[in-house]
Amino acid sequence: MTQGLDRSGAWQRTAAGLLLMALLLPGAPARAVEELVLWHVYHGREKEGIESAIKAFNEDHPELRILPQDQPFNGFSSKLRSAIPRGNGPDLFIYNHDQIGGWADAGLLAPQEVPGDIIAPALEGVRYKDQYWGQPLACKTAALFYNPELLPRPPGNDGELWETAHRETRNDRYGLVYEATSIYHNAGWFLGAGGSFFDAQGNITVDTPAMAAALDFAHRSVMVDRVCPEEATAVVVAQLFNDGKAAMVINGPWFLSEIDADTPFAVAPLPQPARPMLTVESVFVSAYAEDLERAKRAATLLAGTEYEEMRIAEARQVVARERDYPDEVLEAFAAGARTSVPTPNLPQMALIWEPGNAAFRRVVRGASTPEEGAEWMQRRAEILNRPLPPASDPRPTLIVIGLLGLIAMLWTTVRARREQLVKRIWASRPAYAYLAPAAVGMLLLLVLPFVTGSALSFFAHRAGEFRFVGLQNFASILFAQDYPITDPLSFYFTLGVTTMWTLCNVVLHVSIGMAIAMLLRDPWMKLRGFYRVLLIVPWAIPNYITALIWKGMFNKQFGAINGLLELLGLEPVGWFSQFWTAFAANLCTNTWLGFPFMMVVTLGALQAIPRDLEEAAEVDGASRFQRFRHVVLPLLRPALLPAVILGTIWTFNQFNIVYLVSAGEPDGGTEILISEAYRWAFSREAQYGYAAAYAVLIFAVLLLYTRITDRISARAKGV
Amino acid sequence: MRRPSLAARLAIHAGLLLITFATLYPVLWVIKMALTDSQAFSLSVNPIPWPITLRNFQDVVTTTDMEGHWLFGRQLLNSVVVSAATTVVGMILACTAGYAFSRFEFPGNKAGLKGMLVTQMFPGVVMAIPLYILMDRLHLLDSLTGLTLVYSTTAIPFCVWMLKGYFDTIPRELEEAAIMDGASQWTVFTRVMLPLVRPALAVTALFSFMTAWNEFILAATFMNGARSYTLPVALQHYVGDYSTEWGRFAAGAILVSIPVMALFMLLQRHLVEGLTAGGVKG
Repeated sequence: MTQGLDRSGAWQRTAAGLLLMALLLPGAPARAVEELVLWHVYHGREKEGIESAIKAFNEDHPELRILPQDQPFNGFSSKLRSAIPRGNGPDLFIYNHDQIGGWADAGLLAPQEVPGDIIAPALEGVRYKDQYWGQPLACKTAALFYNPELLPRPPGNDGELWETAHRETRNDRYGLVYEATSIYHNAGWFLGAGGSFFDAQGNITVDTPAMAAALDFAHRSVMVDRVCPEEATAVVVAQLFNDGKAAMVINGPWFLSEIDADTPFAVAPLPQPARPMLTVESVFVSAYAEDLERAKRAATLLAGTEYEEMRIAEARQVVARERDYPDEVLEAFAAGARTSVPTPNLPQMALIWEPGNAAFRRVVRGASTPEEGAEWMQRRAEILNRPLPPASDPRPTLIVIGLLGLIAMLWTTVRARREQLVKRIWASRPAYAYLAPAAVGMLLLLVLPFVTGSALSFFAHRAGEFRFVGLQNFASILFAQDYPITDPLSFYFTLGVTTMWTLCNVVLHVSIGMAIAMLLRDPWMKLRGFYRVLLIVPWAIPNYITALIWKGMFNKQFGAINGLLELLGLEPVGWFSQFWTAFAANLCTNTWLGFPFMMVVTLGALQAIPRDLEEAAEVDGASRFQRFRHVVLPLLRPALLPAVILGTIWTFNQFNIVYLVSAGEPDGGTEILISEAYRWAFSREAQYGYAAAYAVLIFAVLLLYTRITDRISARAKGV
Repeated sequence: MRRPSLAARLAIHAGLLLITFATLYPVLWVIKMALTDSQAFSLSVNPIPWPITLRNFQDVVTTTDMEGHWLFGRQLLNSVVVSAATTVVGMILACTAGYAFSRFEFPGNKAGLKGMLVTQMFPGVVMAIPLYILMDRLHLLDSLTGLTLVYSTTAIPFCVWMLKGYFDTIPRELEEAAIMDGASQWTVFTRVMLPLVRPALAVTALFSFMTAWNEFILAATFMNGARSYTLPVALQHYVGDYSTEWGRFAAGAILVSIPVMALFMLLQRHLVEGLTAGGVKG
């Protein structure tokens, strides 16, 4: 007992110490008042480049001292939207120009004066509603990378491009490798044919011959002329080029960091008549900056000519002014930038990417002709571009909510009277004392945010404006007229997929986890500890990377899984081009990620089962399986049930595997409800109200699910 | 219990080896990318790296900020403090709550337990912004305390359910005997019950730790500046719009998973030897 006492004392001291440390560790050193905070998402070489530029800047302009803070790229835009209006944002930030419209409408940006020597496409990129919103810093465009050992000179026009691509495609080498199913990488042919994503009024105009031409280009290169491999993801492109198996590649300047040091390469602008799409990385000034004038001055100076040299040399950036570059690679990108067309910065551009990529996938795999694909893209983008519903009178909704609240209160009081609740509650004070800390924490940090967040479902949000729309969000999700119920955008279709996804996952996680735990518990098993530790590896490694490795393993031409099938003499499978195989790929990845948790839970739960019961059954002649079925399983159930129920709920709401592995392919069919909600909130023009309505519906479905399982288990007990 | 025959044992080992190999197969690529002097994603069928180099690990471990502060150490410390504090806070709250749900009859017992479950159904997509505003109001943004509180409340429901289920399997006679001997309710809880649920404590501790250890979305939103990030957020810095530094990311991912494995090694003794030595029999 004394030993236990000492130990628990030590435990408490450790706990107190850790808490104290968490309280005392300062978040960040308090910054001097006059420093201008600058957020950026650069990494690698570009980060070093911008940091040296800022260092030099700080020496030249001590009165405008800038403090750079690098932020993760994922979620940066939504972090800006949360932080800036609450005064927690930076004074300055660097990002792509294509979200200017959304940010300016939401009031996050301060307009700026832009110097006159900026090249025309970059200037157009930062202009929105007749004002300039950012200082153009760097220009990024796609270009043609080629292997000079295979081609002496790059093709100068479209005809030469095809000719070269054909000539260089032989054995296991490809003539032209690029992400043929991405609208960004094909945009050069759309823009080159005079296409434009929007007309002057901001209406979507992608159902045009120009888009059909771009779709046709992609289809021909993969399926007709086969100069580009199927499922050429960014990873495949880099690998083929590094292995000398790609004569030409279409990609942006970031590709430079993916080329191995010993791979020969050269760069040329995209061949005529293609015009690349331009991304203008710019310095933005927050509308909430403490001293707007200082912030604007710093932005202008930092993007000025003084610090260009450093960014060119260290970050290998093409700047937004006419100038000479030290090497041919940057010259080629600069030449491309001159003829480029900036990505539209209208808020509705966010609605083009997803239907755009999906249309390219459809056409490349041959499910639509290029013309049908362009029409499909247009229709999809228009569905996502939902007009803001008319404002509703909030009074009826408020009255209904008030009435419901009143009824609930009345019902509680009546019940409380009848069951002498107050007295019983008073008598159970000790129990509440045990519960109080957890209850307070959960009410504050889980229930409160959920209730306030759900309230958003009564509103519609577009372009910085929230409008009360009553139940119209729910109505348009549940009774959509724009598409049939079998369409992947339909709530009911997605609900079906989600249910199937959850069911398959939970069954596999539990059965595999339990089977392995049963094998690993017997004392006569040698090396138990060794197996156990190795088998939790999938749970321990961050799943961001392992999910992408699984995606790579499912690649049609280069993945390990098809490699294995070929060894067995089977045909390779295009995993992401049909619904069932794409679903299976997601399921396989998530099962791999999920079974270790169930194994650990079962190992713990098995310890509650007294061994002598099993031994008695063994003496009575029960087989191993019978012992499991009739002795172990019933005793496991109470300890395992919470893990199974919670596992179901978590899987229902787990979107990152779907997002990373199949990304909804084909045509958004493998999306689940939660990933739809995320898309509405973060990649479809921040339609928060619609996303919140989705979330409330997800919650309602899950609530219904637990009611049903309750009924079933109650009935099972009754029998 | 009887040992199966040698042939059966060999078959079980062969099966387990196969499962272990299949489980570790995708991980081989993580190791390959980490050990290769390249930032490209590796897709080849062959997962053996050659030639190998430790440069990626060196790059990750030796990152510094503009002023030359050693970032990796600082971020590791942040991660360890937040995860350990989450585990401790989460476990204390969950043990008491789980015990109350298992042993006390009180109004709201069933509803409370259900309520815990219901909080797990809240889709995170609607909670992120209100939670940000709340943390802002409480002045807990950019603070490890704030992160710890959020993580512990996220982890509690599973821990409570798990512990409640485990407490339920322990016969009440043990407590009654202790109370007869004059022990208080609290002494019974800490001295009798907690030692008996060690396997469940091990599971929930590992779970709480993992909840905090690998989370990066909230951490990236709440924290500013490289010196206050946790390791998973720092790892996300190798991911860009179009390009990712895969070599460094993989090296970082391996470094991040080592403490988890170490913790599991430490805990697994309790996980599998919980009751075998004790005198508790149903």
